[in-house]
Amino acid sequence: MAKEKKRMKKNTENILTQILLIAMAALFLFPFVWMICTSLKTETGIADYKQLLPWPVSFRSFVKGWKGGKFLVYIWNTVRIAGLCVVGTVCSCSLVAFGFAKFQSKAKNVLFLVLLATMMVPQTVTLIPMYIMYSRFHWLNTIYPLVLPAFFGTSTFNIFLLRQFFAGLPNDLAEAAKIDGCSWFGIFSRIYLPNCKPALLVVVINQLVFCWNDYMAPLIYLGRPAKFTIALGLNAFKGEAGSTMDIGPIMAMAVVTILPLLVLYLCFQKYFVEGVAASGIKG
Amino acid sequence: MKQNGKKKKKLNDTSRLFWIFILPWLIGFGAFTCFPMIYSFVMSFTNWNGLTNRDFIGISNFIQILTKDKTFLLSLKNTFFYIGVSVPLNTVVSIFLAMLLNKRLLGTNVFRGIFYLPTICTGVATYIAWTYLFNGTNGFINVILNGLGMESINFLGNRNTAMLSIIFMDMFCIGTAMTIVLAGLQDVPRDYYEAAQLDGASGIQRFWHITFPLISPVVFFNVLMAIIKGLQIFTQPYVMTGGGPAQSTYVYGLYLYNTAFSYGKFGYASALAWVLFIIMILLTLVILGTSKFWVFYREDVN
Repeated sequence: MAKEKKRMKKNTENILTQILLIAMAALFLFPFVWMICTSLKTETGIADYKQLLPWPVSFRSFVKGWKGGKFLVYIWNTVRIAGLCVVGTVCSCSLVAFGFAKFQSKAKNVLFLVLLATMMVPQTVTLIPMYIMYSRFHWLNTIYPLVLPAFFGTSTFNIFLLRQFFAGLPNDLAEAAKIDGCSWFGIFSRIYLPNCKPALLVVVINQLVFCWNDYMAPLIYLGRPAKFTIALGLNAFKGEAGSTMDIGPIMAMAVVTILPLLVLYLCFQKYFVEGVAASGIKG
Repeated sequence: MKQNGKKKKKLNDTSRLFWIFILPWLIGFGAFTCFPMIYSFVMSFTNWNGLTNRDFIGISNFIQILTKDKTFLLSLKNTFFYIGVSVPLNTVVSIFLAMLLNKRLLGTNVFRGIFYLPTICTGVATYIAWTYLFNGTNGFINVILNGLGMESINFLGNRNTAMLSIIFMDMFCIGTAMTIVLAGLQDVPRDYYEAAQLDGASGIQRFWHITFPLISPVVFFNVLMAIIKGLQIFTQPYVMTGGGPAQSTYVYGLYLYNTAFSYGKFGYASALAWVLFIIMILLTLVILGTSKFWVFYREDVN
């Protein structure tokens, strides 16, 4: 009898949890659903703002929005910056992480603490001097300020993540290769690097998402519309077209902006989530 | 290779290689962190406006900031308000969602994916969408409120609700914190709960006496990260409100940005940046100090 009661209680608890999960999921999805629905509305559909569902469905917002700004240029600029940043981050961070994971030096622990501490330095402290330096080099309105740091291991979190991963791989791998006369760079690039593909993918995804969404740095370094990233371009487009009642084109371009991220996320969901867990932050 | 003969030694003949491998970071650290920090520190003692003046004025900038600057106080207050509401709220929501997911019911992975989605798509696109959702006359949130028989609220146009609206929006970006808590929850041994259940502990008791102590280290980490991030909040108010209405969302990041890049007062802005850095360090120390009262490490027991 008591057991029966307990099972009943367990069941109601589970049903309640399931309902809560569905309700929260609806809440979390709602802005995206609204965005996509609005982007698919006709102009009269937009005016009828109380209606959520787009009927009749129309792609005219996408056409109008696409023509309203240089979105192809913005996307190309962003892809170029993001691509170079990914290459730079993967190369530099994996080297540095390997150094911290597999070699010994008296200064190692201190330097690793320094590396972790740099995560705490607010961006704004370094931003103003860097802006002045870049403007002296005439590098404003170029991609150098946004891309160059990536090649020098500035994304400390990714170094931390890769170091944890390298440290988990056994040293025997290197010993065996050394007997065969493999150089340390060969050991790193041909043995350890292929073995940490999942972690590298996490780094790639982290960096892509960061570059795609980054706003402050592009805002400061890129003033000319022809150099804008998608985030800057979208906000500029909103500035020009935002006062009209027809928000369809803006929402359409907002959907275009997040679409690559959505596709990336759907394909690699596992790595997005694992990246967080793999860093071994807990505890 | 010359290391051949030393293969028995564990990789400890490698100090030189260590320096070679970490060279990119050493250069990057010098060029992109150390040098700008020193530069900014020196600049904070000048009245440099980017053009002509470049005189050392001692600590006048700091005296001005700490004693006379009303905008500094206002923006700091706004930033603290943001942190004060958003950090506890996000902490509770992330723990709540992680606990729901930890029951491992139907479709847990799908739900986890949905809860993480806004964290990835957080940027200008979603900020603009939320701006329209919050609209005081035809925003969809007000459509829902009206449908429930409530009055419309001019979320971003009212000084009392603007910051709260931004906080509400940012509540959806707890994916990272939630995932970290979830990983922590999965480490809690199941038999702890069974033992507690035998002793007749209620759900709330189980949470406060078993779950929370065991996940407190990860919650602590999340709180610290959220505070560091919250102190630097910039893009949301920049895109959505521009700091208004009545400067109610004029946060420290906006003030700093305007001082440096709108008014060109680089010296003063550098001083502001260093004050922020010091506030951040102090706040971190305070949080670290409180940790011994509520953060529990399992090793402590053994």
